[in-house]
Amino acid sequence: MSGDPTNRKLTTAQAIHEALDLAMDRDPTVLLLGEDVDDPSGGGVFHISEGLSTKHGEHRVRSTPIAEQAIVGAAIGAAIGGFRPVAELMFMDFFAVAMDQISNHAAKLRYMSGGQTGVPITIRTAAGAGMQFGAQHSEMLESWVTHIPGLKVVVASNPADAKGLLMSAIFDDDPVVTIEPTLNYWVSGPVPEGEYTVPIGKANVARAGSDVTVITYGREVSFALQAAEQVAAEGISAEVIDLRSLVPMDEEAILGSVGRTKRAVIAHQAVRRGGLGAEISCLINEHFFGELQSPVVRVAGPNVPIPYAAELESMFVVDANDIAEGIRRAAK
Amino acid sequence: MTAVASGGRVGDGSVAMLRQMIRIRRFEERCVELYSRGDIRGFLHLAIGEEACAVGVTEALDTDDAVVATYREHGHALARGLSMGAVMAELEGKVEGCSRGRGGSMHLFDAPTRFYGGNAIVAGGLPLAVGLALADRMNGRERVTACFFGDGAVAEGEFHECLNLASLWHLPVLFCCENNLYAMGTALRLTESETDLSLKAASYRIPSWEVDGMDVRAVREAAARAVEAIRSGGGPHFLEMRTYRFRAHSMYDPDRYRQKDEIESWKQHDPIPTLSEALLAEGVLTAADLVSMEEAVDAEVDDAVSFAESGTIEPVEDLERFVTTPAPADADGGRRS
Ligand SMILES: Cc1ncc(C[n+]2csc(CCOP(=O)(O)OP(=O)(O)O)c2C)c(N)n1
Ligand SMILES: [Mg+2]
Repeated sequence: MSGDPTNRKLTTAQAIHEALDLAMDRDPTVLLLGEDVDDPSGGGVFHISEGLSTKHGEHRVRSTPIAEQAIVGAAIGAAIGGFRPVAELMFMDFFAVAMDQISNHAAKLRYMSGGQTGVPITIRTAAGAGMQFGAQHSEMLESWVTHIPGLKVVVASNPADAKGLLMSAIFDDDPVVTIEPTLNYWVSGPVPEGEYTVPIGKANVARAGSDVTVITYGREVSFALQAAEQVAAEGISAEVIDLRSLVPMDEEAILGSVGRTKRAVIAHQAVRRGGLGAEISCLINEHFFGELQSPVVRVAGPNVPIPYAAELESMFVVDANDIAEGIRRAAK
Repeated sequence: MTAVASGGRVGDGSVAMLRQMIRIRRFEERCVELYSRGDIRGFLHLAIGEEACAVGVTEALDTDDAVVATYREHGHALARGLSMGAVMAELEGKVEGCSRGRGGSMHLFDAPTRFYGGNAIVAGGLPLAVGLALADRMNGRERVTACFFGDGAVAEGEFHECLNLASLWHLPVLFCCENNLYAMGTALRLTESETDLSLKAASYRIPSWEVDGMDVRAVREAAARAVEAIRSGGGPHFLEMRTYRFRAHSMYDPDRYRQKDEIESWKQHDPIPTLSEALLAEGVLTAADLVSMEEAVDAEVDDAVSFAESGTIEPVEDLERFVTTPAPADADGGRRS
């Protein structure tokens, strides 16, 4: 990696580490809570916080027992008490055991109290298949959290966004869930030095195009870009929208693009049934019923738990070929 | 008796505690009337019979300590200093309510008195209390967070996660278990393999003791001892208050799981006459004092009801307000979508 801001490359894991470090430098109320997050216990399962407890102290980088409700709940209480805690839940599948605190407390306290308190916490979590981690360590469960009013939800597709979105999340006055696609931890890309933010609620046009709009997020963005290359060779011009933020969602960006292309593909790794694709598809239909040139296409995971065996798991994961197929269907 | 009229305390503060308990009792009795009239709706859980727990513990706290309570929290809120009018207005869903009518009976909230809520999830408040205490500890403040919960909460995973974490991190939490022997319709002995609840706290190395939850002076003394230990760095403490609710779990509960004579025998230990009779016998209070105290409380309840009744309903345009922080553009509280 070089010092040149335009060329410096980091992995997503390093970019996230850098955001945490900068946030802790800037604001003494930023705390990290989670299993194994301090240096004596390894800096977290993906070593993202490695070095931070040595630099900022074990009182600020706090390894916890394996107690997800207490981790999230302690973060909420400390947030009410004036801190900006970042809680790490090792895998998104473990939201199942922390959901009471996430849904009934973090999300609702501002509303239930008539605005007397906010809950400025960030919940970081690794999610997604492709590592052969099996059914209980691989799910993208964004629909669980996007369904709960009061939470904000972001997913980065590249290292620079991962850093900027996390900075926004930490300094946001509401609870933000940052979903980190596990495989992306090892993906590198250019990352600006120093502090910057990527605003929550703003999508990014990852590739401009005129025939079909592909709406996606997280790991599927890179697959959508590959798919767009594939279909370009066939004369189809696909626009790729990287949502970056699922709640609030940049509806303007989606509707602006589909308003031009009149054709939409939504791609996500999470299973199709009840997935965010249904929500986005409905949004498009509410605005463009009768104007669309083809039915909205959803490219999503099959409705199954995620298998361990490599061949089966790769069948599960939405890839570039699946998205290219979806684009062709929409372009017909 | 002048102390009551001036709101001050006599001697050891028992008169003030008596007055608090009567306030809570009369308030909740009036709630029953308002509920049958339909002015209060939804779930309503009364703590009639249990007033000594809320009052005794709160008396042992300072104003900058924090309180986290349950859905049976009218008494805790009133003892903590929320105005009776704001609580009644909340129960009637008015914008003048302590939570702007957003919360209702189970979600009283008042940041200025550090009353961090009723909570309608059994054991859901314990993690918040641990976090509040963590914040105080990290800021080097000698504050205590008192966290109330029922005997039913002991069966929840959150209870165990939080006792462990509070002990491990040596956090200034006073765990206050109001053991009224029942969780809705189920007796404690039917749900716990170990019914001695203080043993559970002890297993996390948390000093714990039982106290007669019908005796407000005993509760205050036990709580004061625990608070002092916590403030001087003793880590979390656990109080098990043996108490009893004289009425059903909620307005929906026909209360068929308890024997009449069990209820009657507990009523013999009603914390209010227990204390007033003691104070009369001790000569701290006269019968006339008691009457004027009750009259003053009745007037306060009347005022609270009028305040609530003359309150307003939040405009429907504000439905989406406070879901998240307002964006700068609609900081005036407009709709977002
Ligand atoms: C997580 C959860 N489960 C179940 C309920 C329904 N519920 C409300 S109160 C209650 C009984 C709780 O009993 P206890 O903790 O002893 O408190 P008490 O009502 O006796 O004051 C139950 C089961 C709930 N509110 N939250
Ligand atoms: Mg009970």
